[in-house]
Amino acid sequence: MRIKVDPDLCEGHNRCFALAPDLFEVDDYGLSSAVNDGVVPPGREEQARLAIDNCPEFAISVVDED
Amino acid sequence: MTDAPETCPVHDWATDYDIFDPGYVRDPAPVWDELRERCPIAHTERWGGSWMPTRYEDLQQLVKMVPALSSRSAVVVPPSPELREVLVAEAKKYGSENPPITADPPEHQPFRRLILPFFSPRAVEEQIPYTRELCNSLIDGFAGKGEADAAADYAQQITPRVIAHVLGIDPARADDFVTWVRGILELGQTQPEMRIKYRGIIRDFFQEMVTERRRNPRNDAISTLIEAEVAGEKLDDYKVVGVCFLLLVAGIDTTWSSISASLLHFATHPQDQARLRAEPELLPMAVEEMLRFYSPVTMGRKVMEPVEVGGVDMKPGDKVLLNFPGANRDPAAFEKPDEVILDRKRNRHMAFGLGIHRCAGSNLARMEMQVALRTWFERIGPFELVDPDAVTWAGGQVRGPRTVPVRFAAA
Repeated sequence: MRIKVDPDLCEGHNRCFALAPDLFEVDDYGLSSAVNDGVVPPGREEQARLAIDNCPEFAISVVDED
Repeated sequence: MTDAPETCPVHDWATDYDIFDPGYVRDPAPVWDELRERCPIAHTERWGGSWMPTRYEDLQQLVKMVPALSSRSAVVVPPSPELREVLVAEAKKYGSENPPITADPPEHQPFRRLILPFFSPRAVEEQIPYTRELCNSLIDGFAGKGEADAAADYAQQITPRVIAHVLGIDPARADDFVTWVRGILELGQTQPEMRIKYRGIIRDFFQEMVTERRRNPRNDAISTLIEAEVAGEKLDDYKVVGVCFLLLVAGIDTTWSSISASLLHFATHPQDQARLRAEPELLPMAVEEMLRFYSPVTMGRKVMEPVEVGGVDMKPGDKVLLNFPGANRDPAAFEKPDEVILDRKRNRHMAFGLGIHRCAGSNLARMEMQVALRTWFERIGPFELVDPDAVTWAGGQVRGPRTVPVRFAAA
């Protein structure tokens, strides 16, 4: 599974980082990006979906389901 | 409650709503539900006139309408003529008073970037030990009595001290800060003379802090703001004072409302209380659900260019209430929106707003709620509300319980 954060939509709510600190990193302004080029380690898919489902700006999406 | 403004009964919420109506302040959700069905963007002439959207999707659109909707006046009730004169003269001379919250692009972003690092996840983590110690010492004060006011003795005591600690001002003045902020945001909404009085007190307080730090810089937020540059220039005192004003005022009764509302919820919902006690790992999600269900903040915008939202034409000069609390109860966006589900999996709530003005202090607020609730649950056994009739609420653009008397086994 691969995910991405749209930098034009992210407003730094940090919901993704709070839910899955191993999948995202945030800068000093709270802006988020997916670590490891968005590749979700096996077994962490549910956490990734949780992050997607809790982003108030709809900024996170799945690039690749596999 | 004696502080509540006088209001006339409302007969039609679609055309004549009143955000200060006592019944609405206590429980606004039935009104939002009715409006969403019948007239999703309501209007009133009361309190200077405004629009009030109730649908999630309309709020999503409205927050993106920048600069057609201006943040210059985030408080919807118009100021008194006297204050208006002061504000207009100052705006002409200095620009936005409390950037970034009262600023529009392009002035907004550089100020936002100045304050966001104070509230990054890393910066907020440094405030945890202080917050935990503070919560424990407050509980030490009432644990042995078997009763407390969860709002006045606890929630209200936490947030002014934490923001004082962040800013580098004396936490021992917490009672003053609470009085000042209530003067601006609670009483000041409907009593213009309060707004002008406490605005002056807060500005004078920070002016003194700024003057002192220009002479003797410290390692704190005020000194950081004094040293900061926007567009290659240092900020003048007016702006430094204005930003400090914002950080103090925005950081107190908002989060205090959320902590009080959460404790009121758990005091009156024993099943949820027992569940959180049994499954403390749910706390972060439970905090998000409390934020959704009891969202305290409604921001205001002023229409600068004609816009159309949800079939309604808004004209320049109109005001809009960004009703984030109402949107957070929209069944189109949330399953069973009128139920508290502590481990709600899909919770894209907008309690902190959306878009470029997303609450800059949201990480701090979440941390305070988590630490306050965790410490309370660790130290206080099963608790219940003493008297439902004794609960009082503040409403308008910041809503939350102000008196929450609870009892528990003395320890």
